[in-house]
Amino acid sequence: MEDVIVIEPGRHERNYWLDLWRYRELFRVLAWRDLAVRYKQTMIGVAWTLIRPLLTMVVFTVIFGRIAKLPSDGDVPYPLMVFAGMLPWTFFATGLSEASNSLVNNANLISKVYFPRMIVPAATVIVAFVDFLITFAMLVVLMAWYRFLPGWRMLVLPGFVVLAFVASMGPALWITALNVRYRDFRYVIPFIVQFGLYVSPVGFSSIVVPEEWRLLYSMNPMVGVIDGFRWCILGGQAQLYLPGLVAGALVAVFFLWFGIHRFRNTERSFADLI
Amino acid sequence: MPDVIITVENLSKKYLVGHKSGGRSRSNYTALRDVIGREIHNVARKTVDAVRGRQVVQGDEVEEFWALKDVGFEVKQGEVVGIIGRNGAGKSTLLKILSRITEPTKGRVILRGRVASLLEVGTGFHPELTGRENIFLNGAILGMTRREIQKKFDEIVAFAEVEKFLDTPVKRFSSGMYVRLAFAVAAHLEPEILVVDEVLAVGDTEFQKKCLGKIDEVSRQEGRTVLFVSHNLAAVAEMADRALLLDTGSVAVDSSVTEALSTYLSKGARKATYIRPFDHQISSPHIARVEILTSDPNAVHRFGEPLEIKFWIRHPRPMLHGCFCFQIFNQFQTPVIHSSYYHGTTFGNSPGCSVLVCRFPRLLLNVGHFHLRTWLQEPPGGDIYETLDGICYFEVVRISETQFWGWRPEVCAYHDQHAWIAVNTEMVAEAIPD
Repeated sequence: MEDVIVIEPGRHERNYWLDLWRYRELFRVLAWRDLAVRYKQTMIGVAWTLIRPLLTMVVFTVIFGRIAKLPSDGDVPYPLMVFAGMLPWTFFATGLSEASNSLVNNANLISKVYFPRMIVPAATVIVAFVDFLITFAMLVVLMAWYRFLPGWRMLVLPGFVVLAFVASMGPALWITALNVRYRDFRYVIPFIVQFGLYVSPVGFSSIVVPEEWRLLYSMNPMVGVIDGFRWCILGGQAQLYLPGLVAGALVAVFFLWFGIHRFRNTERSFADLI
Repeated sequence: MPDVIITVENLSKKYLVGHKSGGRSRSNYTALRDVIGREIHNVARKTVDAVRGRQVVQGDEVEEFWALKDVGFEVKQGEVVGIIGRNGAGKSTLLKILSRITEPTKGRVILRGRVASLLEVGTGFHPELTGRENIFLNGAILGMTRREIQKKFDEIVAFAEVEKFLDTPVKRFSSGMYVRLAFAVAAHLEPEILVVDEVLAVGDTEFQKKCLGKIDEVSRQEGRTVLFVSHNLAAVAEMADRALLLDTGSVAVDSSVTEALSTYLSKGARKATYIRPFDHQISSPHIARVEILTSDPNAVHRFGEPLEIKFWIRHPRPMLHGCFCFQIFNQFQTPVIHSSYYHGTTFGNSPGCSVLVCRFPRLLLNVGHFHLRTWLQEPPGGDIYETLDGICYFEVVRISETQFWGWRPEVCAYHDQHAWIAVNTEMVAEAIPD
């Protein structure tokens, strides 16, 4: 016999991560399914991915740039600065909200088939990532429009993408686990996302935050991510506040650990609760 | 000597169930103050549960419920084991634990091989995706690799008979096509242990037969172990080598199919009856009650046993010439038996009630589900007082001899007593006349 499976109460499968690897095929297929289904029976399909951040960019430019007259980073055109911030934010927000609802949306799978549950929220983040890539192409077009040339800093960008991934995955796993138990969180998520959009420096540059509050402000991991994105994309025009970045990254990693921990703890009872 | 492939020891599973107490003990009416107080208490309890990571239960009185209690058995490789029991006996919980969907509270299970569960076909199908895409999706969900699916793709499509609709989203499929495709994917898995839960309740007869055949092939020819839950006793009798009877969470019988089925059938008290609510207003003759006395409780009748049907007819005013007929229909809506009580009858010619009994000394209906249609009328060409259709459902089962021949409802409607004679001769010319 090749493999012996022992089922016992409280038996944390020691080979959980190995199982996760074994089920990579399912991960791939679920991500592909979510992608394939995303814009089925819509008229303009993928264009939705572009329209939403573009419209938000216009609104923020008008409100924060024109009406409130907030300063941009250096002499970067305001729309470009907003878009560079929108990019990681949309990735974070889509990832967080899709992942949080993913288990409940796949309730029929959870209650019928065994697999490491973490695959489901992780697969939805892939969808958010594909959206991110499409929006990124849009950014390239925008940069060409404003004749803005990126520098060597662009090479560091993937690092910040990973940070954005970590920042969204941690809370997503935690809230997903909670959402299975208490559907209240389904209503909390849109609120968090909306609130976060104004709390994080998406529509404005983080230089408007007073110096003495800067470190506290950076406890929001998305501050570091957005600043990092601007630093990479807008050349040297945006400054990188290093202590804040480190603090944000630590918070993100802590939340990832915490999210995984909570998720793993409740995972065994998902089928009973969902 | 076949190896033990599944070992289950002292398996128990506890659920917490909540009740609403309603505060009846103190007063008849509910004060808002009490409701608020109780709600606050509830919220506080739920929060404490939530913080401690325990299951949160609705209602304000929590009770433990053991869905499974100290279940233990072993299954050898290549065995087909049927799991039977009433609703809530713990069958589905057991299968869920075996397929690792939920965790037991106590006990242990050792599985020596890959388990695939065929729980409710169509799980994981996405309505927006095409048939082709769903084959890959569902295959992956059931644990097949892409290469395995590609290798079996044509076989799956042929089995499901959906060649023409491969590129249509499955939401446009008929429910039959949906089920066929889903079963086809699952049936082409190659696990060591196949767990099947009530899938045979869907699809048309032809396809059900095909599914049973496939399960049979999987177990007998490929030596795989099959565990299956079914309410279809005929299917259990036909397929299983052994049966487990679960009763309120414990194993009541673990033995031959015949014994498990006999025990199962002897419990309970449901009868095949029709009772008309009493009504003073009706003055015309009518059927007040019909009862079929089957050989076993729960409206189950064993093939070849005597059967009685009793009819209570109320006639507040006399009938001129009572005539009563009934038909027994099988599950394909074909009338199999017709009988009328008509000639020279005197029942009902004075006001009151009559009881008619129709007795079959040896009922030879084939296995399956049957029901009655009745007429109460006054011939010739007289009034029809009442017709009843679809009453007194009962089931005919055959739980011995089943290993030799698959008794299925569609084979025939009725058997008759008969005898075979065989003569051996070497002279062909004599044996076969011109």
